Amino acid sequence: MKAITVQDIKRNYGKVEALKGLSFEVEKGEIFGIIGPDGAGKTTLFRILTTLLLADSGTAIVDGNDVVKEYKEIRKKVGYMPGRFSLYQDLSVEENLKVFASIFNTTIEENYHLVKDIYQQIEPFKTRRAGALSGGMKQKLALSCALIHEPVVLFLDEPTTGVDPVSRKELWTMLKKLQNQGITILVSTPYMDEANLCDRIALIQDGAFMKIDTPENIVAAYDQELWAVKSDDMSKLLKDLRANPGVKSCFAFGDTHHITVGKIIPSALETYLKEKGHSDIRITPIKAGIEDCFMELSEAS
Amino acid sequence: MKKFLVFTQKEFYHIFRDRWTMIILLVLPILMILMFGFAISTEIKNARFAVYDPSHDLATQKITDKIQSSEYFTLEAYLSDPAQIEKVFQKGEISLVVVYSDNFYQNIVQTGEAQILLIADGTDPNTASTLVTYVSRLVAAYQAEQMGAGGLPPYQIHTEVKLLYNPTLKGAYATVPGVMGLILMLICAMMTSVSIAREKEFGTMEVILVSPMPPLLIILSKVIPYFTISIINYLTILALGVYVLGVPIVGSFMLLTMLSLLFIFVSLALGLLISSLVNSQIAALLGSVMGLMLPAVLLSGLMFPIENMPLFLQVLAQIIPAKWFIAAVKNVMIMGLGVESILPELAVLGTMAVALIAVSLKKFKIRLD
Repeated sequence: MKAITVQDIKRNYGKVEALKGLSFEVEKGEIFGIIGPDGAGKTTLFRILTTLLLADSGTAIVDGNDVVKEYKEIRKKVGYMPGRFSLYQDLSVEENLKVFASIFNTTIEENYHLVKDIYQQIEPFKTRRAGALSGGMKQKLALSCALIHEPVVLFLDEPTTGVDPVSRKELWTMLKKLQNQGITILVSTPYMDEANLCDRIALIQDGAFMKIDTPENIVAAYDQELWAVKSDDMSKLLKDLRANPGVKSCFAFGDTHHITVGKIIPSALETYLKEKGHSDIRITPIKAGIEDCFMELSEAS
Repeated sequence: MKKFLVFTQKEFYHIFRDRWTMIILLVLPILMILMFGFAISTEIKNARFAVYDPSHDLATQKITDKIQSSEYFTLEAYLSDPAQIEKVFQKGEISLVVVYSDNFYQNIVQTGEAQILLIADGTDPNTASTLVTYVSRLVAAYQAEQMGAGGLPPYQIHTEVKLLYNPTLKGAYATVPGVMGLILMLICAMMTSVSIAREKEFGTMEVILVSPMPPLLIILSKVIPYFTISIINYLTILALGVYVLGVPIVGSFMLLTMLSLLFIFVSLALGLLISSLVNSQIAALLGSVMGLMLPAVLLSGLMFPIENMPLFLQVLAQIIPAKWFIAAVKNVMIMGLGVESILPELAVLGTMAVALIAVSLKKFKIRLD
């Protein structure tokens, strides 16, 4: 039995097609990432799988239970952490955990071992109100609350959004630990660099999956010639690169621009850029990352 | 059961930790009852009055003295011309004008009849009626004294009352029952609906829904704190009414309490219903104020007598729970009537309670849409 089986899920909001027929399967004990920008439909998908929304058509099965007919069963055994911080801001850290433990018919003491690693980091602040925590600590508390009842499947909707880089790293370390305990994790994120931390990912755009595979396979399937280009005037560089007929696509990636090229060699491009008045030009052939693959796929579709 | 207790405790934390919630729940009712109570207090001292006395004879002098010597009145002026009456009222210096008929004493002696006209400012109908009642009694007392003295044949002084600006003066006030209705409605309906809407707004409802917590328990744990606080409010209002405002509980306290509990149920159910229709705190607040508070203030008979309203509003008033509650409280608390006198009100409120609770349970969303 798969942990999650989704078949042709569709959902509209009025005339807007939020999900255009998604299908995928998640193995038990897998970390499965849904990667895509804001508005791609990630939250809608999570809400359907956590029985909070009804799909217009299609079926979804979580741990053997149908999300519509057997929603009560699912609610007992999954952990859900919404994208927005959704705990009681006016309750303390400990009180929040206590409330969530009790609504799942358990206690902090009974399941302390499950949340120990995460909760220990925020325990020094257990009398502090949740609203006064930092972004990273809030997420750790939310994760503790979602874990306190020993869920079989954990749904994390953008757990690292609005969290500092150090806390993001820590959070992923924790997810790996949870995976080792046998928990299946479905996680969504807009950060492409987090894709490599998942076992398998689905790239989503405008309510449709563009590709589902392991991060390695997705990168390996990338068949374009990819260069990173830098110069002294990056914004002009972007325009000039896009104007060059030998450049197929060009996107800004942090401090460099990534370009895919057709029939052109680096020296020719450098000459072209010099003519356009650029200096300090660096052109380096690079290996594609997930984000390059995402751009390539979304260009193609 | 344990989760229910923890959840209810959590609800109390929400209340105790929010200063404004606490103020609304505990201070506002006291302020309201005191403001309503004292603003229309029946205790009037040193009301200033003027006299128009064309005959200026033995009898009118004695009556004027009698009014003046009571602790309630201070004689402000003798008017020389009836045209001045309106003017002194408009200046706002005078609350009452006593007008004697021409040849007052002569009339008593010759015809056995004389008239006094009491003119009061009807914009403040409660004060006006109280003043008029006092003066009428003083006149009657004077008359009785004269009869006892036996110096004169039997005679009659007719006291006529004229209220300027608001001549009808129909049962406009029932402070304590009215305020009780308003406050219970406010606390139960508004606070319950806002607290549920807050869970939706902050996204916590989303997390609670994905749990084995049954909807009924979620609702109950929301309702119980406000139910408890409403009972405290009920007792506070009653105590203030009795000990501060001097409104006695003539009828059965038990019956009054049962009646109030029923009304609290209705209000809680209304709050639940509103919360199931809205998704934000502000919408819940507006819904409660516009949908419940305003009708309760305007159409319950608290401010304006229902029988004076246009037919359409009279019909509308019948569906206002506070209207039924206030009427029943008046019967029990003020008039001291028994349960048989409020059977219709009980029946209506009971039906409303059952229907509303059923609808709001059915309407409670187990999903987000």
